[in-house]
Amino acid sequence: MSTVFIALQTNEDTRPIIEAIEIDNPLAVVHREPAMVKIDAPDRLVVRRSTIEELIGRDFDLQEMHINLITLSGNVAEDDDTLTLSWNN
Amino acid sequence: MDMKVSKKKLGLKERYRLMTRDLGWDTTYQPKDKVLPYVGYEGIKIHDWDKWEDPFRLTMDSYWKYQAEKERKFYAIIDAHAQNNGHLNLTDARYLSALKIFLQAISPGEYAAHKGFARVGREFPGVGTQVACQMQAIDEIRHAQTQIHAMSNYNRYYNGFHAFADQRDRIWYTSVARSFFDDAMSAGPFEFMIAIGFSFEYVLTNLLFVPFMSGAAYNGDMATVTFGFSAQSDEARHMTLGLECIKFMLEQDPANVPIVQGWIDKWFWRGFRVLGLVSTMMDYMLPKRVMSWREAWNIYGVENGGALFKDLARYGITPPKGWDDAEKGIDHMSHQFMLGLYQWSFGTAFHSWIPSDEDMAWLSAKYPDTFDKHYRPRWNHIRKLAAAGTPFKNYGLAKLCQTCQLPTVFTEPDDPTLTCHRETTYKGEKYHFCSDGCQHIFDNEPEKYIQAWLPMPQLFQDPIKGDLGEWMKWVSLIDGKDNGDYAGSEDQQHFEAWRGLATTNQ
Amino acid sequence: MPVAATREYVGVPRDVAANFHGKQLVYVSWDRHLLFAAPFLLCVPPEMKFRELLDGPLAMLSQPDPDAAAIDWTQVEWLKSNQPWTPDFGRSLADNGIGHKDQLRFRTQGANTLLTAA
Repeated sequence: MSTVFIALQTNEDTRPIIEAIEIDNPLAVVHREPAMVKIDAPDRLVVRRSTIEELIGRDFDLQEMHINLITLSGNVAEDDDTLTLSWNN
Repeated sequence: MDMKVSKKKLGLKERYRLMTRDLGWDTTYQPKDKVLPYVGYEGIKIHDWDKWEDPFRLTMDSYWKYQAEKERKFYAIIDAHAQNNGHLNLTDARYLSALKIFLQAISPGEYAAHKGFARVGREFPGVGTQVACQMQAIDEIRHAQTQIHAMSNYNRYYNGFHAFADQRDRIWYTSVARSFFDDAMSAGPFEFMIAIGFSFEYVLTNLLFVPFMSGAAYNGDMATVTFGFSAQSDEARHMTLGLECIKFMLEQDPANVPIVQGWIDKWFWRGFRVLGLVSTMMDYMLPKRVMSWREAWNIYGVENGGALFKDLARYGITPPKGWDDAEKGIDHMSHQFMLGLYQWSFGTAFHSWIPSDEDMAWLSAKYPDTFDKHYRPRWNHIRKLAAAGTPFKNYGLAKLCQTCQLPTVFTEPDDPTLTCHRETTYKGEKYHFCSDGCQHIFDNEPEKYIQAWLPMPQLFQDPIKGDLGEWMKWVSLIDGKDNGDYAGSEDQQHFEAWRGLATTNQ
Repeated sequence: MPVAATREYVGVPRDVAANFHGKQLVYVSWDRHLLFAAPFLLCVPPEMKFRELLDGPLAMLSQPDPDAAAIDWTQVEWLKSNQPWTPDFGRSLADNGIGHKDQLRFRTQGANTLLTAA
């Protein structure tokens, strides 16, 4: 098992994104640090557009995350509906 | 007449194809290898450039939109910081030493990275790679500018911020970061990508930015949190570019694997040495500490680096050669650096200090196997010397490593009581190193590293000829203001006086 | 290994003896006395007697170490380029074979206060 992670700035834009990640990744562990939220997950983490849209009640473009992204780890795969981080081991 | 245009939104993949791939073109009146002459000489074989893909599929139109948004957020906070005397919200002005080192050594590195990516964006043939490198080149110059702008707010009130450009060129400790980027920029485009895109951005950058920004947040420095996160929001893209690039090189031809492995070995060690100073910042310079260097290394080095190299094992890539020696140094390096910075503080454009009892209790708890045994006795003695009115200054200056240019402060990997001495003779000249890692790098390309401009030997050559006062003028260091112990400094006096004014009615 | 380059690549060293106006660099360190963060860099004339090096710059620089006053230079073990070596105190650095950028190390047998303090 290897850990993938994503870290986002702590602000109003990221609150629903973090909430969506928690919904979609039951194994994820959320660390709230000063000004930053870091989410670890074993091997794989998925960010799902539809979950975020349900929470915010409007259309969401996953690329909006770039504004508040701090760092990530793992191989990145992105399409219109999901952003996935994973290790192949 | 009006034409109704269908507003059907393009999908991510289609937009990337149209806005990136379709920007490519073939040469007509010159052969391609004349237009792109630097892509072959390093020995990397690429058969199909179209196989390279940006996993974020960020197109230039979206790039500008998001970057503009980041700038708006950044300046809103910088303005508020300046308007509200944000500098008085710091935990303590000791914190500023970390910022001064950042401004003198790291921000110029951002500018160097800008030049490097602008160049490789021109030298690579693949259009996906070209666009990603151009974006990164623009990011890096934005980082240099926003950092300098944010930190200029402190220049109005505190010493040591006024001459970072001279100090970038001339003072001794900045040559560590400068030579790192010069080394990368004078390599070919593929090596540059492994050096900066992969080793620095992917393997090591988290150790710089994440603790640094959290440290800024802990210590009340809103300006730095802002430039840090604004810059860091680009780093995820840079890291991904670095990782995609290395996978692309490894997948294109098996003959690339040993070349790439050699670069990983080299650039991991180069980066580890440059970022070593971060250890001192985390363990000593933040008045309110976030986590120890050891704890940060466990998260971002051992755990994350371990996952990465396990992932790359399928290509035949092994962890960098210096990995084990790095691990052996983790519990020692911050103490070894800080002892050096303190005893040479007459020559630094930032302050250092003797750790307090409380600081030492924290260090002892975080480094149970090393601090009390090796480093506390030295600090206690240094404290005694200061109390006796003979503060410790080491005018012997220091032997520097020919490769990383740091003073050779490190001990043998398996014997923390003995300084690591390594030397070699090349074409009749002697050269010294701080470690096996740095000596290996030299031995692989001696013609490159014999050209190193080592600031301490340089002090005894023209134009300074060993005159310390002349040297201070030459590096724009104001003796008694910018340098020396924090205790009794103008920075300390001013901060305490102004904070008093801000929090009382006196 | 040669540097990968598009044409012949030749470097020019920056710290050759000729740049030091008749002086030379010598690095000196006291083994296992780590109050001093790195080996000292000294810039001295090659005609300097070895004893002058000890009594002058080296004695002054070593002074902050609590064991410095107890050094008996006649009992000190020396290494040059990491090999055992015996200096002649009355002769010059040049006559002792100490070249530009040579590293000298010395070891003392007596107490090491800061090493055993813990």
